[in-house]
Amino acid sequence: MVGTAAVAMEEPLREEVEDVVIRFAGDSGDGIQITGGQFTQTTALAGNDLATFPDFPAEIRAPAGTTFGVSAFQIHFGSRDIKTAGDAPDVLVALNPAALKVNLGDLRDGGLIVADTGAFTDRNLKKAGFDQNPLDNDSLANYRVVAIDVSKNTLEAVKDEGLSQKEALRCKNMWTLGLVYWLYDRDRKPTFDWLTGKFKSRPEIANANIAAVNAGHAFGETMEVSDGGVAYTVSAAEIDPGLYRTVTGIEALSWGLIAGSQSTQLDLFFAGYPITPASSVLHTLSRLKEFGVITFQAEDEIAAVCSAIGASYAGNLGVTASSGPGIALKTEAIGLAISVELPLVVINVQRAGPSTGMPTKTEQSDLHQAVYGRNADSPLAVIAAKSPADCFEVAIEAARIATKYMTPVMLLADGYLANASEPWRIPDATAIESNPVSFHTDPDEFHPFLRDETTLSRAWAVPGTPGLEHRIGGIEKSYSTGNISYEPENHQKMTDTRRAKIDGIAKDIPDQTVELGSQGGKMALVGWGSTFGPINRAVQILRADGHDVSHIHIRHIWPLPANLESLLGGYEQILVPEMNTGQLLTVLRSEYLLPAEGLNKVSGQPFKVAEIVDAVRSRLEK
Amino acid sequence: MNVQTPPEKLTAKDYASDQEVRWCPGCGDYAIVRAMQKTLAELQSPPEKTVFVSGIGCAARFPYYMATYGFHTIHGRAASLATGVKLANPDLDVWVISGDGDSLSIGGNHLMHVLRRNVNLQYILFNNEIYGLTKGQYSPTSRLGTRSPSTPLGSVDAPVNPASFALGCGAKFVARSIDSSQKHLPEVFTRAHTHQGASFVEVFQNCIVYNDGVYSSFTEKGVAEDNQLIVEHGKPLVFGKERDKGIRLKPGAMELEVVTIGKNGVTVGDVLVHDETNKLAATLLVEMERPAFPVAIGVLYCNPSETYDGAVRNQVELAQSKGGKPDLNALMRSGPTWTVD
Ligand SMILES: Cc1ncc(C[n+]2csc(CCOP(=O)(O)OP(=O)(O)O)c2C)c(N)n1
Ligand code: SF4
Ligand SMILES: [Mg+2]
Repeated sequence: MVGTAAVAMEEPLREEVEDVVIRFAGDSGDGIQITGGQFTQTTALAGNDLATFPDFPAEIRAPAGTTFGVSAFQIHFGSRDIKTAGDAPDVLVALNPAALKVNLGDLRDGGLIVADTGAFTDRNLKKAGFDQNPLDNDSLANYRVVAIDVSKNTLEAVKDEGLSQKEALRCKNMWTLGLVYWLYDRDRKPTFDWLTGKFKSRPEIANANIAAVNAGHAFGETMEVSDGGVAYTVSAAEIDPGLYRTVTGIEALSWGLIAGSQSTQLDLFFAGYPITPASSVLHTLSRLKEFGVITFQAEDEIAAVCSAIGASYAGNLGVTASSGPGIALKTEAIGLAISVELPLVVINVQRAGPSTGMPTKTEQSDLHQAVYGRNADSPLAVIAAKSPADCFEVAIEAARIATKYMTPVMLLADGYLANASEPWRIPDATAIESNPVSFHTDPDEFHPFLRDETTLSRAWAVPGTPGLEHRIGGIEKSYSTGNISYEPENHQKMTDTRRAKIDGIAKDIPDQTVELGSQGGKMALVGWGSTFGPINRAVQILRADGHDVSHIHIRHIWPLPANLESLLGGYEQILVPEMNTGQLLTVLRSEYLLPAEGLNKVSGQPFKVAEIVDAVRSRLEK
Repeated sequence: MNVQTPPEKLTAKDYASDQEVRWCPGCGDYAIVRAMQKTLAELQSPPEKTVFVSGIGCAARFPYYMATYGFHTIHGRAASLATGVKLANPDLDVWVISGDGDSLSIGGNHLMHVLRRNVNLQYILFNNEIYGLTKGQYSPTSRLGTRSPSTPLGSVDAPVNPASFALGCGAKFVARSIDSSQKHLPEVFTRAHTHQGASFVEVFQNCIVYNDGVYSSFTEKGVAEDNQLIVEHGKPLVFGKERDKGIRLKPGAMELEVVTIGKNGVTVGDVLVHDETNKLAATLLVEMERPAFPVAIGVLYCNPSETYDGAVRNQVELAQSKGGKPDLNALMRSGPTWTVD
């Protein structure tokens, strides 16, 4: 908590703070994600800017009380613009010992712990690996601790609703939510409305949950008196006017694909094979059949990408999504789409590590795979989303490039973006730029590799068109007839043409801008993808300290924007923070022969703002 | 490219492209492409609505020689490509062409799923029991002991029986024919085309270069009649030069036996009548092996059920008829929203 000004309110005295990070943590069965979701909704309605990050356990049904069964939800909100889910929580709600064990290390010094003593039983302590109850010794001396028997208080609060003991205990999360609502002066009504709606058919459950929220809230009021606890307030942020919602990367991506299919006037065909964290795109689109979307759960990633290519061949917008290992399986087929020059959108929701790695953790280590990872000279376009909401724009852009240039486009997202959410000023779908596709229908002088002179894109003639019957395939074809050709000069020409076509996209994308700072100067931080938030916040802080640092964020990874080289040439130092061991870095170095330097993190966790700030300081102040 | 308007009635020639055929002289593939062109002419298939999708291999060159739409894809994946084509545009008439390696090694998984899903297309497997294009290695259909560049001492792994595999995958139409049977092959293709759903046809194809004569023991003149059982729905399972041999259930056992009509009191009435809707019978017929049995040819199983592409379309249409005009703006505004002024 940064702010200090104490403001006098009626009762109690609340301290005004600029931004807060809260992490709710508990067992998978404790309803942590729901608690976080409710807090997010309420906070959005309070007019704060915010960012959230859910952290699910990797196991589906981990044994209760174990450290690997801990589920967490972090929200960062404030009266200023919020770009990340926050470096270190100010508040940790720990509904069992395992949740405390796993999350304590992240809590900032002096932070507040709300712990449910009712769950700190000998058995649970042992399962979490505590020899002694940390609430009873001085191991938490660096923090402020509110240790309270949430279980007992909840049971007491809901006793009139006639629930079973098990059902009653399920209201624990709402009790803690009530307490945290009180701590941060949040309105309870949106949660009441949500509960009433959700449990329409079981009003006793709705009432019990409402009673639990109220009891937690009331506990806060008395706690202030007895424990000398402090309550806070966070004013509304300055936010552009408009209609808002919160959106996750997966939602924005799925809706963006629909918007992209509408703007190109093509039917959307989506195929996938389940893989964390990409499956949710398949789930989301499968529920949107009224938009004419065909979704296909294929037998593997190869079949998924191949069916998407088949659908594009037949005149749809073919899309497939996976994560690193699945993208690897799709590689040969992507080469086919490059060779036959068909539109295709391949979404890679990146995850950590080679092979299975850490499926539920985030990383951006598939950039080389996207740009270079195929046999032979097989260029395609690569673009990356920077935030959950940005996935919407990027999906539309991927559809535009794929269809205008008859090429696969690799869209890079990552596990963090996919699950994180942020407030989103809802765009007007009717105002989205229209880029309608027109199929080739003229039989005059037709062959399938006739090219548009400017884009070098080939004619798209779909089966069903009379008079344009033709054969295509992965074998090299003649530039001038489209028939199979093994002519040496022809292969040179086709290879050059495929490359020139992709390079030419650079003329059709926006010039690279400086996100924050100046054109030229002492240092540029160059990033891509989901590191946008922490880099941007770090540059804000550094500039406020008087450092000559600028932020450049690259959306179009391949081809790179035409002016990027000259723009980067204007800085004395270039630092490239990435959640990999230096992949954009090597691309920039090899393309521009720049002495850029990397700042790399591969722990499965997003960058902390402080890590970037410190890295820059140590370079500028040495 | 055929740019002129098609004549009133298309002939087999009208389905042949202008591309130079690159199969070895004498390859069985020539006969299959001829049979296909004949079939399409008989069906008067609109060339613009006909799509041949193939994998990789000698067989997979097939689409280049047809004056229809054609997509020569990658090794083993034709079934997946074709599924996408059919889901995107169910009005297209989709034929998959694939070799035994393409279908049953690298593409075995996709073949299984296209059959079990019952995607409405025709799947033609050219079985030459060898990898032709890569110069003669043994394939998953090669018989035990097959000598090839990769098995100089003879192969030691048991082959898969394609028709049996197809039945096991849940195919609703399983048939067999022979490259050189220019009357029978178009009939089988026509039946496959008529059947709604995934129609699986295994064609015994001679690779004259790397596996010449693998089928000669039942395809050569002189031996064919005694070694082929051409099945027809509703007709007794009778074969042989003298039409005096039949197939019946061995009394007291769950297996077939060959009997001679007129000997030991056996009459035509004792012989099984082919019922192509009987899966158990089909399972027994496809497993018949020479020399004890003749090789069963023809439509062995045909029992239509709902197609995958049809069912997928139905769900979309149902959602559309229920929901009214889809509205992305409404979708994005569903759930909690708030206004900042
Ligand atoms: C990914 C991949 N692996 C291997 C090959 C090499 N390859 C091409 S065709 C073929 C086997 C073809 O055998 P089959 O499917 O029986 O067709 P045939 O040539 O006998 O008609 C192989 C192994 C390839 N093209 N692609
Ligand atoms: S190698 Fe065999 S299958 Fe291939 S074209 Fe030659 S004869 Fe036909
Ligand atoms: Mg073969």
